[in-house]
Amino acid sequence: MKPTVFHYPAKLEGEDIPLVRFHEVTKRYGDLVVLDSLDLDVAEGEMVAIIGPSGSGKTTVLRMLMALEKINDGIIYVDGEPLTHMSRNGGLVWADEKHLRRQRLNIGMCFQHFNLFPHMTALENCIEAPVQVLGMSKADAIKRAEELLDMVGMLEKAHEHPSRLSGGQQQRVAIARSLAMRPKVMLFDEVTSALDPEVIGEVTTVIRKLVHKHNLTMLMVTHQMGFAKEISDRVCFFYDGKIEEQGPPDQIFGNPKSERTQQFLSAVLEAN
Amino acid sequence: MEFLVFLKDHGPELIRGSLTTIELTMLSAALAIIIAVIAGLMRLSTNRLVYGPATVYVEIFRGTSLLVQIYWIFFVLPLFGLTLEKFTAGFIAVGMNLGAYGAELVRGGIQSVPKGQWEAATALSMSPAIRMRRIIFPQALLNMLPPWGNLLIELLKGTALVALISVSDLMFMAKKINSTTYLSAQVFGIALVLYYLMSRGLITPFMRWLERLMARKVGKRL
Ligand SMILES: Nc1ncnc2c1ncn2[C@@H]1O[C@H](COP(=O)(O)OP(=O)(O)O)[C@@H](O)[C@H]1O
Ligand SMILES: [Mg+2]
Repeated sequence: MKPTVFHYPAKLEGEDIPLVRFHEVTKRYGDLVVLDSLDLDVAEGEMVAIIGPSGSGKTTVLRMLMALEKINDGIIYVDGEPLTHMSRNGGLVWADEKHLRRQRLNIGMCFQHFNLFPHMTALENCIEAPVQVLGMSKADAIKRAEELLDMVGMLEKAHEHPSRLSGGQQQRVAIARSLAMRPKVMLFDEVTSALDPEVIGEVTTVIRKLVHKHNLTMLMVTHQMGFAKEISDRVCFFYDGKIEEQGPPDQIFGNPKSERTQQFLSAVLEAN
Repeated sequence: MEFLVFLKDHGPELIRGSLTTIELTMLSAALAIIIAVIAGLMRLSTNRLVYGPATVYVEIFRGTSLLVQIYWIFFVLPLFGLTLEKFTAGFIAVGMNLGAYGAELVRGGIQSVPKGQWEAATALSMSPAIRMRRIIFPQALLNMLPPWGNLLIELLKGTALVALISVSDLMFMAKKINSTTYLSAQVFGIALVLYYLMSRGLITPFMRWLERLMARKVGKRL
């Protein structure tokens, strides 16, 4: 069977190419269309907040960009290179596992439930992939991990296992673990949703630092509207697998145009 | 008094038999573990050519009697030109049989590791091999240890069947002594006690120790 050849550009070139581009990306589970021909560009250094009702496809956007699953249609570019596709004989074909693994190096992801490796200490969690995947020496990896654990305020607990850490502490270690791979883009999927209210601040403080000091490119799915408003450069409101409305936070929160956005925001405000 | 005389006359044979049983158990266990890991991992593959043979293996060895398997390996394989010494045939049969059960424990243990662990490892660009070896398998191992303890006791008990191809294990010695002395109650009573001591006195404490060791390694307290 011959692989399907696609006629998208094999590389995005030019002055102001986006760091991330979703081009007509569709994701289906059976008959259920979860992402519906989605277009989304994220510029280098931009912080994009993704909001929207449950089931609107927010997590799916991040999972596709992390290449945890395959898309059904369209193409995703990271730093001008296709992520979901690769070049073969002058055309593009679906990416193989090796290509995906290389592209994943550009992306870091933090999950709602942290997903730290329970059989490793905080420090071991942070050096595992740099040593095993990047081939760093253990000494270098430890140095890098300690700097990052210090940055997230977890250096003192470096030798604790996750089971001995609170949710907020585990999430901060998880952020350090992702950053240890030096990704170009960081993805946060409701990273404070599983936390007790009093520790949410620990994690948002770290994200704030990443925005202000490190100018990292980020996509953040969140239900914390106040935080999204404060921190993001742009807010995307997802509805039914599409971006219903997007714009600067002041506009989306202050003067939303779409009726669905208005309804969603007033429902969220009421709940709080 | 009479019993002491019996012990003096036949104790050494029973001890030699027990040592053979322990040796059989250890060799079969080693084989079972190797087979279980390989077949268990193969069963998780999505490639038919990989999981197919492992599934056939597990089905055949779990679906038929251990005794028949022992007879096959000892009596039938020679007809195809493969002759094994009886001790070797015995431990291979027991190891292959329990390995099939162990494969299911390995498969289940790996599947019991939460999806989030696989995804976190994938998100860190780990290859499937690194992910399995460094992240998934160590956690699966911890989940699997308690059922493996039971399986090893089954294995020890299963080794008694190799007496039927004249491997001089504890069961074989007991039958031999019985056939010359007719002191069935004494000899089989002692055999019962010895099997019990080996399972509850050796295997169970060893597995408990291993569980505690592993738990400590993963920072859990039991
Ligand atoms: N593995 C899956 N199989 C089937 N349906 C799925 C799967 N993952 C997600 N979905 C469906 O896709 C839709 C979008 O899911 P998701 O992106 O997680 O939404 P959100 O994060 O916005 O709440 C939901 O209807 C969900 O039920
Ligand atoms: Mg979600």
